[in-house]
Amino acid sequence: MRQPVVGRAGLYGAVAAGGFRRYATYGTATAAGVFTNTVFGFILAYTYIALWDERPGLGGYDQSEALTFMWVSQALLSAGALIGGGFQEEFQERVRTGDIAVDLYRPVDLQAWWLAGDLGRAGFQLLGRGVVPLVIGGLAFQLALPSAPLRWLLFLLSVLLGLVVSFALRYLLGLAAFWLMDGAGINMMATVVSIFCSGMLLPLTVFPGGFGEFVRVLPWAAMLQVPVDVLLGGGGAGAAGTAGALGFQAAWAVALLGLGRLVQSAATRKVVVQGG
Amino acid sequence: MAERVAEGGAGAAVTVPTAKAAAELVVPRRSRVLEGLRGYGLIAAMWIRSTMTYRTSFVLSTFGNAAITLLDFVAIMIMFSHVDELGGFTLPEIALLYGSCSASLGLADLLLGNTDRIGTRIRDGSLDTMLVRPVPVLAQVAADRFALRRLGRIGQGLAVLGWAVSELDQVHWTAGKALMVPVMIIAGAAIFGAVMVAGAAFQFVAGDAAEVQNSFTYGGCTMLQYPPTVFAKDLLRGVTFIVPLAFVNWLPALYVLGRPDPLGLPGWVAFASPLVAFAVFLPASLAWRAGVRSYRSTGS
Repeated sequence: MRQPVVGRAGLYGAVAAGGFRRYATYGTATAAGVFTNTVFGFILAYTYIALWDERPGLGGYDQSEALTFMWVSQALLSAGALIGGGFQEEFQERVRTGDIAVDLYRPVDLQAWWLAGDLGRAGFQLLGRGVVPLVIGGLAFQLALPSAPLRWLLFLLSVLLGLVVSFALRYLLGLAAFWLMDGAGINMMATVVSIFCSGMLLPLTVFPGGFGEFVRVLPWAAMLQVPVDVLLGGGGAGAAGTAGALGFQAAWAVALLGLGRLVQSAATRKVVVQGG
Repeated sequence: MAERVAEGGAGAAVTVPTAKAAAELVVPRRSRVLEGLRGYGLIAAMWIRSTMTYRTSFVLSTFGNAAITLLDFVAIMIMFSHVDELGGFTLPEIALLYGSCSASLGLADLLLGNTDRIGTRIRDGSLDTMLVRPVPVLAQVAADRFALRRLGRIGQGLAVLGWAVSELDQVHWTAGKALMVPVMIIAGAAIFGAVMVAGAAFQFVAGDAAEVQNSFTYGGCTMLQYPPTVFAKDLLRGVTFIVPLAFVNWLPALYVLGRPDPLGLPGWVAFASPLVAFAVFLPASLAWRAGVRSYRSTGS
């Protein structure tokens, strides 16, 4: 039954393409999302200007870097499912209804299957809800976007790693449904943490003292703070800084995906398929 | 299995308010508002009972609802660990803005927030069932999935507001200023509520566009928690004269704080919030009626 690796890559590619197309069908919702991200971008931009007027260089950013940070964040929020959304609710629903048994029966890897689908979704959100707000922000405000193509490539690599970390963490939320009957509460708590610890409210470098150092090593930093810093020039340390940033993300991705597999095997042992 | 029983219970409860309401089909037309409120109450009570089946999840999500907004305020406090003033306003002054708009939005969200699901209902055809029930559609849509956890945001907003009031030493409290605080919260909630109803009506035309409404409500609240001096004049004009969010808390709060309005409006506008709330509900409810009337089922 085992398919060759190439065939499997094609299969996961098809799953990802399905995830992309599925979200592409919601045209109005996407337009509404672009509108929302842009409105929030404008509101936050003015507060950032007020803050950086008062304290130039706060968090290691000048004003246009801070504005860039904020607008790029707005472009990444939906892709990283940092404000909720994503696949985990559907996953939990399948656990709750027992449909997950069908998924387990398929000759594919459960985690890789959902990862492919979620990356497809994220890819659409990045193009559909990411590019337009960033362009509008760039037209309305003085941003510090780099011109070197390599910088943008490294940024995209960092975004990809951030998306995998985001997925891996949300996969754990999905698996929690094997133990909790209802995922709404835990999903909301997870969103709270992700909004605060990713750098969405304020760059994590602005967080004071030891608390700031602590949030900067958590996995949520890998989803937003790190990709934006890679775009802005690797946290000030040039090539070494960028390599370190990507390594940090990769380490969290591997650790959380690994933890997900452990929890998954414990969870699937719990599954009792009932007939009828 | 336990939750299937619970869902069955909730499902059975759905039929109770509609059956009761059906018996009242013959009520005179003038009691339509009362009938709507009664339908709303029954549906909301049903959802509260259903939420309470998962008690732990309810506690977690109420706490989470408060925490989500609390972290907004923590972000402002982090800002103030680096600066003494933002746009010329101190932390207690910003806390007054923050707490009042958070409480207003929370209240509107609790009572009318679920109207944003109308786009989904249009798409999946479940709006049709609501149209045949003898309870006003708006009451049904608003009470649908009534989420008591939203008390979390209201409580958190009121807590920050209480802290702000206790810290505002420079304010000379008069009866007018003290009265302004609760009036501002209720009128603010009504303005946000009107925006929600208008947003829901817009979805009859635009389809699944709940997020547009969110950018005026949640986005508006994010803006209103900062002082108006931070924003560009054109933006201020927009939220004063077009979508009158400035009446939610900016104008009344500037009066309480004894600060001038950046647009130089006359002093009495601070007291106009209840009137503005009434004025915006009118076009919003007309838009809603037009939306319901123009609705054609998708047939799905």
